[in-house]
Amino acid sequence: MIARYALRLGALGYLALLLLVPVGLVFYRTFEHGFHPAWAAVTNPQAQHALWMTLIIAGIAVPLNTLFGVVLAIALVRHRFPGRGLVNAIVDLPLALSPVVVGLALYLLYGTGGWLNTLSQHGIKILFSLTGMTLATIFISLPFVVREVVPVLREVGTDQEQAAETLGAAAFTTFRRITLPAIRWAVGYGVVLTTARAIGEFGAVSVVSGRIEGKTETLPLYVQSQFEGFNTTGAFAASVLLALIALITVLGMRLFRPTEEA
Amino acid sequence: MVSGRAGGALARGIAVCYLSLIVLVPLAALIWSSRANGMHTFWAEVTKPEASAALKLTLGAALLVATFNAITGTAIAWVLVRDSFPGKAAVNAVIDLPFALPTIVAGLVLLELYGPNGPFGVNVAFQRTGLVLALLFVTLPFVVRAVQPVLLELDRDMEEAAESLGAGRMATFRRIVFPNLLPAILSGVALAFARAVGEFGAVVLISGNVPFKTEVSSVYIAGQIESDNPAGAAAVSVVLLLISLGVLLLIGAFRHWRTRHDR
Repeated sequence: MIARYALRLGALGYLALLLLVPVGLVFYRTFEHGFHPAWAAVTNPQAQHALWMTLIIAGIAVPLNTLFGVVLAIALVRHRFPGRGLVNAIVDLPLALSPVVVGLALYLLYGTGGWLNTLSQHGIKILFSLTGMTLATIFISLPFVVREVVPVLREVGTDQEQAAETLGAAAFTTFRRITLPAIRWAVGYGVVLTTARAIGEFGAVSVVSGRIEGKTETLPLYVQSQFEGFNTTGAFAASVLLALIALITVLGMRLFRPTEEA
Repeated sequence: MVSGRAGGALARGIAVCYLSLIVLVPLAALIWSSRANGMHTFWAEVTKPEASAALKLTLGAALLVATFNAITGTAIAWVLVRDSFPGKAAVNAVIDLPFALPTIVAGLVLLELYGPNGPFGVNVAFQRTGLVLALLFVTLPFVVRAVQPVLLELDRDMEEAAESLGAGRMATFRRIVFPNLLPAILSGVALAFARAVGEFGAVVLISGNVPFKTEVSSVYIAGQIESDNPAGAAAVSVVLLLISLGVLLLIGAFRHWRTRHDR
């Protein structure tokens, strides 16, 4: 009995010190001088612009990764082809790779002397622009939808899909009426994870953005630039905004994954 | 699957093209750049005192954090599955917070709490302790979330049998539960290790980035890009890339091991 309470106390105490107290403190520090300074800090033009950049990038990266994530998952589960194992490994790579390395890879590809540097000579700007930041975000948030959909596809099997096809349904009709309803919760969960990652991405975006204030700055980059510029109120206010998005994400994760509770 | 064949080829083609454009071509460019001036330059860049000190620190800190997570993560998963107390659902949800919270916010928060202005009077900023703390924060969910489902599905019959045969609680855990959890623990540990090796946002503020003391490889790479030494950045990046690939191979092996046990 004592062992059980000790374990419970230890686990919860560790979580409190590592997670809850720090996150609670952000809220306290942001609002300790009242609501107005915090509100002013997130409504100034530079913060607003950073918020917009973050939303635009997520707005492009999340739908693309959802669409291609589902296609990738279907290709990985339903079809056998040479190099499937390799594709599987590449999908996982962004989970295990440092974001700075991802940023550098794009920097070298599109930068001076890079293979695709010709694009910028033709007026298509990738580095230090929204395009490059979006590419970095897509790279980083690529695995989530695939990883959630693959096990579900494997579990539901192909019986119903084959039945639909035998009854004369076209491939797309089968997908829309049979496959999609079966995987929709997994897709939803994957979308929540992808969105969280896309909004919070820092390292990769930091490298390819060039960190031009008020131009190529997302909300996480804004947090850093404000903190380094000794505007802690601004840094904390933007952090609270991001933390609120994170809390909504965690709730969304609960919503889409209701089966885990014992 | 006759009518699905054309669709299958299309899905495959799209999938491979997307992956190539987004992931493979940039990584190929990275590897190519790291070797553009020959293997000799590559090796010279990796073995520079500052670069190799950063690599050693990164690997050491990641190893420490991953090992620590093996213990705390398993304990937390155990409490969440086998124990019951009011507010358990909320605690369970909170575990995902480090996945959802932007890393730079995590770094800022930890610096505020355990830095020079912290309310507890503990100051670990710009020290290795601070670095480890930040890594513990971001890697917390990996082992918990890997162990939890396995523990949930674990048949209690074996444990009850062991206990009825006179095994103590410790012996039951060590001989029955632990071997069943081990593949999951190791997968979680491997993911946590990979994350700790590559982490940037959470450590960039609290570690202070002092060369030879608190500068990890990801921060070193960012510094080399800013001081316009892409060759140095690329060389260390390729080392990190190889570590990531190695970890993924290991996780694949653990997964294989687990499914073999299931059969």
